Amino acid sequence: MSRIQSTFAKLQAAGRKALIPFITAGDPDGQMTLPLMRALAAGGADVIELGVPFSDPMADGPTIQRASERALAGGMSLRRVIDIVRLFRMENDETPVVLMGYANPIEAMSQELFVAAAAEAGVDGVLVVDYPPEECADFTAALRSAGLDQIFLLAPTSSEQRFRDVATAGSGYIYYVSLKGVTGASNLDFDEIAQRIPKIRAAVGMPVGVGFGIRDAASARRIGAVADAVVIGSRIIEEIEASPRAQILNNVENFVRGIRVALDEQAGT
Amino acid sequence: MADSHYSLPDAQGHFGPYGGVFVAETLMPALEELRLAYEACRDDPHFVAEYEYELKHYVGRPSPIYHAKRLSEELGGAQILLKREDLNHTGAHKVNNCIGQALLAKRMGKPRVIAETGAGQHGVATATVAARYGFECVVYMGSEDVKRQSANVYRMKLLGASVVPVESGSKTLKDALNEAMRDWVTNVSNTFYIIGTVAGPHPYPAMVRDFQTVIGKECLAQMPEYFGRQPDVVIACVGGGSNAMGIFHPYIPHDGVRLIGVEAAGEGLATGRHAAPLTAGSPVGVLHGNRTYLMQDENGQIVDTHSISAGLDYPGVGPEHAWLKDSGRAEYVAASDDEALAAFHALCRYEGIIPALESAHAVAHAMKIAPTLGRDKLLLVNLSGRGDKDMHTVAERSGIRF
Repeated sequence: MSRIQSTFAKLQAAGRKALIPFITAGDPDGQMTLPLMRALAAGGADVIELGVPFSDPMADGPTIQRASERALAGGMSLRRVIDIVRLFRMENDETPVVLMGYANPIEAMSQELFVAAAAEAGVDGVLVVDYPPEECADFTAALRSAGLDQIFLLAPTSSEQRFRDVATAGSGYIYYVSLKGVTGASNLDFDEIAQRIPKIRAAVGMPVGVGFGIRDAASARRIGAVADAVVIGSRIIEEIEASPRAQILNNVENFVRGIRVALDEQAGT
Repeated sequence: MADSHYSLPDAQGHFGPYGGVFVAETLMPALEELRLAYEACRDDPHFVAEYEYELKHYVGRPSPIYHAKRLSEELGGAQILLKREDLNHTGAHKVNNCIGQALLAKRMGKPRVIAETGAGQHGVATATVAARYGFECVVYMGSEDVKRQSANVYRMKLLGASVVPVESGSKTLKDALNEAMRDWVTNVSNTFYIIGTVAGPHPYPAMVRDFQTVIGKECLAQMPEYFGRQPDVVIACVGGGSNAMGIFHPYIPHDGVRLIGVEAAGEGLATGRHAAPLTAGSPVGVLHGNRTYLMQDENGQIVDTHSISAGLDYPGVGPEHAWLKDSGRAEYVAASDDEALAAFHALCRYEGIIPALESAHAVAHAMKIAPTLGRDKLLLVNLSGRGDKDMHTVAERSGIRF
């Protein structure tokens, strides 16, 4: 059982929901990424999604795009992201790390070298936004044989056939994007989500996390009531942007803890 | 509308290893809806008839092929023939495709169209058809390009479009494309995304090509009628590559006809400041929904490109061009900013035709090879657009301010 799968199994046994914060590696700079990962774990993260910056983040909104631009300006690269995960793994053997990004940096490194390096460093899962299952069969096979989970997206517009595709190709969890839009947008439709999640979970046979548009304890609580995991990205990047450098780690940890408490209260009621 | 002799792309949009559908899941249903609608219309005689009617009466097709006799005489070699896409309504080939996609949007019941633009030609063509069919229209344009092409920005506004300057990344065409994609993901239920070139996720490369093949099909008929035979060489500039695909595609089965695509060498391939991924042999990668040759650094980040012509200033190239390069059916070369400017001035002075700087790259290559070939050889150059929009750029290079 992968680190991601056992994390979800433990949470489920305890009746708790997974909290999955997202940060972009290299934002605000490369020195802060490892301390930020520690802060996320200390605040109660169950899985950490680590964004790999890309020059053309088509599926992301302005907040994550700004984070990518800051990270690239500081020289962050896919190889350096993997190095950071290696350091994190030396001190934390528990919290799964999922790399989230776009296909081109992986193809520039070569899929084979990337999978080998990621597995060796202790990466647990990979989510490539612009790799739909039908375009990455070799990559999926390579990840699987290296013991890594490939996380896929599903959207409100996804077909039943798509549910079956990602159930076959994916593992770990499914990332349900909760609105038709880019990351950071805020028009969340709770009723729609509440209707769809049970159907998706039944169809794919793995935990379903919801992301895009969750910004505070209240929205996290409502999503936590129906989903297995809550993903928060843009809101954390905004916290990083708004904080004086000396306060970033504290503020991010406190923000994550606030969501953690809300999710656990909701699970307990 | 598609030619039956050549079957690419496959059902998933692949041209050999290139093309495909590399987009986030949120866009998948929109692309599927578009593919189905396009496939239905492509084979619908009513749709084809309406498209052809619009091209004839609104765009002014067929465009003539003009023999540039004085220029050919001056060069002393092969005869240079110009396919006059610059004479189309809106001044470039871009409108052929915009008419097709606008009719498709109308069929699909989408009241809003969006587009990305570099030089502004595709934006103007989209704003034009939006006015013609009564669509709301939003055009995304890199803020650098907004500065370089202020006349076209005003043109789009006159036509009722909103022009949104894009401040992210390199503030050019690729960033405008990113922003248009974001708009589409957010507003997919009422919005049709009119992509202007033969790139992007399937079905765009094939669909845009099909709408542009009217150029090459006309040439196939006009050449024997006016010049007694097909050309020896067909030459077209390549940014994303839509005018080139439009004139190349019907000639692919004509083995005796050489096809040459001319990319932008900018300040020179050796300087790195260019926009010629095929000629420079850039690595293959994934951007904007398709796999193709891409200008990128060793970490897979897309690099800033350079060309004096905004319309060629793009780090990738349509996947079918990537395939034609590998298969050897087409050749790809590059012309520098200086060579394009020299060709621009030559066409002005010898023929009384002011070409778009994009098209001037194709003319530059024709001027380079014409003296090496016999006077009986025929070079057919796609003069994809007119140069009115480039007055400021050319004047500035000559140290002149209006």
